[in-house]
Amino acid sequence: MSTIAPVIVPTQPTPPENGPATAVIRNWKTPIGLGVFTVLGAIMLVGFGRDGISTMVLSTTSDLIQLPAVDLPTRATGIVVSLLLLAIAAWSAWLVRGARKTPIWLIGLFAFLLLLGFLVWASAGASIPIPGLLFGSLSLAVPLIFGALGGVISERVGVVNVAIEGQLLAGAFTSALVASITGQPLLGLLAAMLAGVLVAFVLAAFSIKYFVDQVIVGVVLNVLVSGVTGFLFTQLLAPNAATLNQPPKFDRINIPLLSEIPILGPVVFRQTLIVYIMYFAVIAVYVGIFHTKWGLRLRAVGEHPQAADTVGINVAATRFWNVSLAGAIAGAGGAYFTLGSVGAFGKEMTAGAGFIALAAVIFGRWDPIRATLAALLFGFASNLQSVLSIIGSPVPSEFMLMLPYLVTIFAVAGLVGRSRGPAASGKPYIKS
Amino acid sequence: MSDTPPQTPSATPPAGSATPPASRRDRPQTDEESRWHGVFREITSGSAIISVLAVVLALLVGAVMIAVTNDDVQESAGYFFSRPSDLLGDIWGAVSGAYSALFQGSIYNFGRDSFADGITPFTETLVFATPLIAAGLGVALGFRVGLFNIGGRGQMLIAAAIGGWVAFAVDLPYGIHLVAALVAGILGGALWGGLVGLLKARTGAHEVITTIMLNYVAFYLVSYLLREGFLRTPGSNNPKSPASKETAIFPDLLGPDYNLHLGFLLVIAATVFTWWLLSRSNLGFQFRAVGENPNAARVAGISVSRMYVYAMLLSGGLVGLAGINQVLGTTTSGFGATVDSGIGFDAITVALLGRSKPWGVFAAGILFGAFKAGSFSMQAAEGVPIDIVLVVQSLIVLFIAAPPLVRAIFRLPTPSDTPRRARPIVVKEVAAK
Repeated sequence: MSTIAPVIVPTQPTPPENGPATAVIRNWKTPIGLGVFTVLGAIMLVGFGRDGISTMVLSTTSDLIQLPAVDLPTRATGIVVSLLLLAIAAWSAWLVRGARKTPIWLIGLFAFLLLLGFLVWASAGASIPIPGLLFGSLSLAVPLIFGALGGVISERVGVVNVAIEGQLLAGAFTSALVASITGQPLLGLLAAMLAGVLVAFVLAAFSIKYFVDQVIVGVVLNVLVSGVTGFLFTQLLAPNAATLNQPPKFDRINIPLLSEIPILGPVVFRQTLIVYIMYFAVIAVYVGIFHTKWGLRLRAVGEHPQAADTVGINVAATRFWNVSLAGAIAGAGGAYFTLGSVGAFGKEMTAGAGFIALAAVIFGRWDPIRATLAALLFGFASNLQSVLSIIGSPVPSEFMLMLPYLVTIFAVAGLVGRSRGPAASGKPYIKS
Repeated sequence: MSDTPPQTPSATPPAGSATPPASRRDRPQTDEESRWHGVFREITSGSAIISVLAVVLALLVGAVMIAVTNDDVQESAGYFFSRPSDLLGDIWGAVSGAYSALFQGSIYNFGRDSFADGITPFTETLVFATPLIAAGLGVALGFRVGLFNIGGRGQMLIAAAIGGWVAFAVDLPYGIHLVAALVAGILGGALWGGLVGLLKARTGAHEVITTIMLNYVAFYLVSYLLREGFLRTPGSNNPKSPASKETAIFPDLLGPDYNLHLGFLLVIAATVFTWWLLSRSNLGFQFRAVGENPNAARVAGISVSRMYVYAMLLSGGLVGLAGINQVLGTTTSGFGATVDSGIGFDAITVALLGRSKPWGVFAAGILFGAFKAGSFSMQAAEGVPIDIVLVVQSLIVLFIAAPPLVRAIFRLPTPSDTPRRARPIVVKEVAAK
């Protein structure tokens, strides 16, 4: 990463789109980045090329439309993919020479090809179940997406939300407890949202009313929730596991027709209620933030609270209620741990997911859609590791596990660059 | 403006900063009398009494949790109206039992015969406090420069891996070996921290993301090295390193009966160093200037990005001291990938409680060390889960960070010389953007 860095400095870090003044500035960052990845990819795919046949299984047995499994000769695919990567990098360089921008879909295609090449390379002589891989990725990403949405709302309104981890954990604990007692997963979900709101209330009260540094409150709240849930787990849930910690899980709902779309259908449309709520939440938050009065006020308060106050927006109240809303969303993500995937509550079961969600928020540049994509990327990378370790990957599993985090560092250092958050995020507003 | 971290904490929390300016304002009057007057006023109205009350409040909340979840209390609550005294007795029994076990496990055990035996828990407290103080200093240093170092875990792991390797694989004479391992560990932590600073300075990558990510990278890297790399114990399937050589281990300070080791003295030295660095050195002045306002610092001719790199190097080095302390002092029989035991995260609360001041961090570290040492005996003697300590610790920090809340609860008068008007500076800062 530090090898690319010196090149970046003299050029414009992030040229504004379509700005007339930037027309002559050639930003070599993208082609150089693509070139480095092409070289790395070629070393792996061709230099350390493996022989054998890689099989991509594209359908599950329950699908209506059965796609045949695709057999790819590993070494030949590696060579083809490397050449394609080289072509894209060269094209990008040619575009930049002509002072044009590399289109985003080209970078997407590059990433897809690189990934495909890696999958084929890693699965030489074995088969990879693509729907299973994607399904697992989505289910790992669901709590991250909820957490990231909560983070986006909270930070857009000007309150840094480091307490996502605590909100997820509180949601997971409460939903397990309530769903076990009532036998209703839906009540568990509501309870989880309420727990998230409670944590958010504390965050909001301390940061908005008492002007305590928001990062401090967030960090401390994580510890507090971890302590309270751990304490209650040991004292109450563990001794009475049969009555208090056996929540019923949500049933899977297959959406007719849509769930029969090849490859994507089983992944996206054979999910539990909580995942459908997540799809809705992503769209609602996106539309809400960028296309409604509510969103405009929210962003105004987060960018320039004094201006918002001047035009008559109640800054403290806007912040308070939106942070609470963010808590409810993150709490719902916590419920997915107990009602969607794992089942019973376990101590520290969120295992740092809240921090990953926070990284997704920043990686996604405080934008709900981008943050969701970042969360999906994290989910995919973690699940890829577990799938590859089952089929016996040539790479030590630790390095596979490390990959998503390394990719994030690369991305944040190289692509996102000087990402700029909401201007007043983290700053208390004191009405004078 | 663009590389101002949008969510780094300001060097001192706005609410917490209400008192330090007051004492600073007193400083110019150098004659002894007014200084003592200022100290007296600070004790009665300022942060000292708030800190004590915060601890009391947090312990009260902890007591409620202990009482509510206690079996005896739940039983006697069932017949509260026929014999209320039973309930009160049981509550008292549960709470006092837990807290006296906490005290006896962390300060002085009255059950032992001699003073030398009775004081053992306190030396254990200092042992637990040692890495907390070191890592807390590192995090606090970052806070003062406006950087939020959540990467304590990774920095400790890398420090333990590099320093630990020197400790078990290299043959050196007594003394030199210890110093070599120590330096290697500190350098390891500094390397891992400095990487974050370099990324921030060069590319503007947000340190909150990079430190979190590097935590995971370090964890998996060290796991791999323990399983197949140069940290593996030959002939063992356990992902655990060989034991540190005798020549590299920190000597005991009080003889073999106590666990207290050289690490504690090193941490005192580190505290003095950090204090000197932050309040007496040229570099520390630039650090604080960047932490207070990076734009103003840049205008004043300070290279902000260079300060970020230096600060993360030093911060990582201090956290690395905590990591190498684990390998050379606490778990000398070989370490696994969890050698950090959560200290990197605890250090954040320690730094917050210590208000990012070196001696404050020192005191906070000893307090948290006492909680840690006492929690084990509390769990053993009374069956109260260790997690209660987390609750109490976090509540202490929360209450201390919000003096108005504590004042409201105890109906203390609002001190007239800590004006709320001092704060709107922040608004100007926002307005300037």
